[in-house]
Amino acid sequence: MQDADIREGVDRETVETVQNMGSYKYGWETEIEMEYAPKGISEEIVRLISKKNDEPEWMLDWRLQAYARWVGMTEPDWALLDLPKIDYQDLYYYARPKSMVEKPKSLDEVDPKLLATYEKLGIPLKEQMILAGVEGAENINLEERQVAVDAVFDSVSVGTTFKAKLAEAGVIFCSISEAIKEHPELVQKYLGSVVPQTDNYFATLNSAVFSDGSFVYVPPGTRCPMELSTYFRINAENTGQFERTLIICDRGAYVSYLEGCTAPKRDTAQLHAAVVEIVVLEDAEVKYSTVQNWFPGDEEGKGGIYNFVTKRADCREARAKVMWTQVETGSAITWKYPSCILRGDESSGEFYSIAIANNFQQADTGTKMVHLGKNTRSRIVSKGISAGQAQNTYRGLVSMHPRAKNSRNYTQCDSLLIGDKCGAHTVPYIEVKNNSSRVEHEATTSKVDDDQLFYCRARGVGEEEAVALVVNGFCRDVLQALPMEFAMEAQSLVAISLEGSVG
Amino acid sequence: MLEIKNLHVKLQDEDKVILKGMNLTVETGKVHAIMGPNGSGKSTMSYVLSGRDGYEVTEGSATLGGKELLDMEPEERAAAGLFLAFQYPVEIPGVGNMTFLRTALNAQRKARGEEELSAGEFLKLVREKAKTLKIDADMLKRPVNVGFSGGEKKRNEILQMAMLEPKMCILDETDSGLDVDAMRLVADGVNALRAPDRSFLVITHYQRLLDHIKPDVVHIMADGRILQTGGPELALEVENNGYAEILAAHGLTEAK
Ligand SMILES: Nc1ncnc2c1ncn2[C@@H]1O[C@H](COP(=O)(O)OP(=O)(O)O)[C@@H](O)[C@H]1O
Ligand SMILES: [Mg+2]
Repeated sequence: MQDADIREGVDRETVETVQNMGSYKYGWETEIEMEYAPKGISEEIVRLISKKNDEPEWMLDWRLQAYARWVGMTEPDWALLDLPKIDYQDLYYYARPKSMVEKPKSLDEVDPKLLATYEKLGIPLKEQMILAGVEGAENINLEERQVAVDAVFDSVSVGTTFKAKLAEAGVIFCSISEAIKEHPELVQKYLGSVVPQTDNYFATLNSAVFSDGSFVYVPPGTRCPMELSTYFRINAENTGQFERTLIICDRGAYVSYLEGCTAPKRDTAQLHAAVVEIVVLEDAEVKYSTVQNWFPGDEEGKGGIYNFVTKRADCREARAKVMWTQVETGSAITWKYPSCILRGDESSGEFYSIAIANNFQQADTGTKMVHLGKNTRSRIVSKGISAGQAQNTYRGLVSMHPRAKNSRNYTQCDSLLIGDKCGAHTVPYIEVKNNSSRVEHEATTSKVDDDQLFYCRARGVGEEEAVALVVNGFCRDVLQALPMEFAMEAQSLVAISLEGSVG
Repeated sequence: MLEIKNLHVKLQDEDKVILKGMNLTVETGKVHAIMGPNGSGKSTMSYVLSGRDGYEVTEGSATLGGKELLDMEPEERAAAGLFLAFQYPVEIPGVGNMTFLRTALNAQRKARGEEELSAGEFLKLVREKAKTLKIDADMLKRPVNVGFSGGEKKRNEILQMAMLEPKMCILDETDSGLDVDAMRLVADGVNALRAPDRSFLVITHYQRLLDHIKPDVVHIMADGRILQTGGPELALEVENNGYAEILAAHGLTEAK
């Protein structure tokens, strides 16, 4: 009952948040002196980024190899996206606040402007604070609700909280640039082992120019004592953000990781091309939750983030487990397929997704479940919501290899349409190469039901709030897979993203 | 409290006229019952009063406490004190019953410029009201009306009514499909809400509900208007003799 009460509190909070909010609320800009690499991409720029990060030789070589490869590649065009031409020479690939040139030694030394930025975003960079107050929080063990944060601002990590406390448990949580210097053996062993440099156009680009991101290592048998999170903020104009995240969960370990993203409102589009690699070893478990709230562009489709992300988890050994949960409300264009390689026998992968596209947003998102090991399991629950003139595509691959005997997949793919100018598409690819495995796929498409809206309104709930309520209900299965603080944020985002979609 | 004057309503997308000069006045604190054959327009009337889309008012007016209802949005009517217990309550998958109630209650309070209820106050209130309607914690947690039995749905409507404390309650066949025990629960729930400043309009086919909820006035409705108005004895008469005589007196037949 207590859990349910908290959930009720969460739901209510959402509705209140919605009532008190305008649309995109993170659209403001931090005025801060920045240092940029010259515009455009070249071998020199790759060398410069490596130098700015004080990287060892091997890292530079790795980047240069990726760059050499990228030059000969072309953008993929298979997604159901109307891609505007991106001029890769008209972007900044590196931007950092001047106050970050000398790396602050502790959080106390971080530029107050940067701290204020994260405070305004609701991200605590102080260790005594916990994420947004939850109704009934007095019943929750505060220790358990602590969340460690790595804050990435444009191209650099500004700071990471709770490092000392995590270190006590043997958990390494730092920026990837720091990991490259402090833990080269781990980075060298695992970087590119899940998403190879050659994987795809955007992953290769990222491999050449990534500037920062988060690094996590959880040692064998360790349950990470708190949730870890990275908060990405793009602030500078005409700047691409290329972050790289590497998570290694060693045998029998567990970690829950959260990722959040926002950017100011601008009328020119910006590129974000990230790579996330997760290595899950025997009996280990990783939960990775994202609330993606990049600026989606305005009502006419101007501006917004182009989000091309490669996220993949490798369940490398037996009984490894990974769960992706994503709430995609932002970005003008989303191209993203968090995937699971189920290599270990009896390993399992889950993917829960809410993708909302309103106005002129385009989303092509889904997952890949590649079953290689015996008795592997995967589950996909996708909720796509389209409003305005948006196009929303679920694209998913389920592949059962010959060796993956007795494996199972269950896919449920629901689309909800608001209005009649938007589109929802479902593109499942299914390959089964052994005869003992089973794949189940269910798909539905529905419209927001007038009777439901009227019922809510007849009880006094205004029209937009009624839509938010009904849509949140539609997304329930996925929202429940999120950690509580995120569930709250996600629910209000659902509502905000749909503002102006009715009436 | 509620005053319907010469109300004419047709379907928006069709030429079909459903209400044909409906007149009805429900005084403050009174319980009125409407009985009538299927297809008389009883549900249509309650939908039009609540502001559902799909109807066109071609003539007439409806006021609540002197304010014109027909110009308001559905949520404004609710905030003004109108409540309709639906003949067919709607399912809202994934939305917890309690969340729904709390959202509705606070939306109304906010619209009226009142303080919203805190989580604690709300929980206390809802548990208390749910208990008298024999609605258990599980039903409060489940998604709105999803997988509820007929009786549960109707009790849930009454729970909403008890929580929202409207001034004018319309119950559209809240008794139909209920067994005797369920009907008694519903009737007790309604009776507990009777108050000098609250009016009821009870739409029903059966006298048996009116044994429990004693009406002050009974109306017989057919063909989109009120044919006859009387005291509780009128319901008994219909129960014994059916509608044929009353209809015939107005040149109508049962088949209509
Ligand atoms: N949306 C609608 N579309 C078509 N016919 C309708 C609609 N709503 C009501 N009607 C018709 O109007 C008449 C009155 O219906 P209703 O108000 O439900 O009557 P009652 O509740 O008294 O049984 C019936 O003939 C019914 O079929
Ligand atoms: Mg009816």
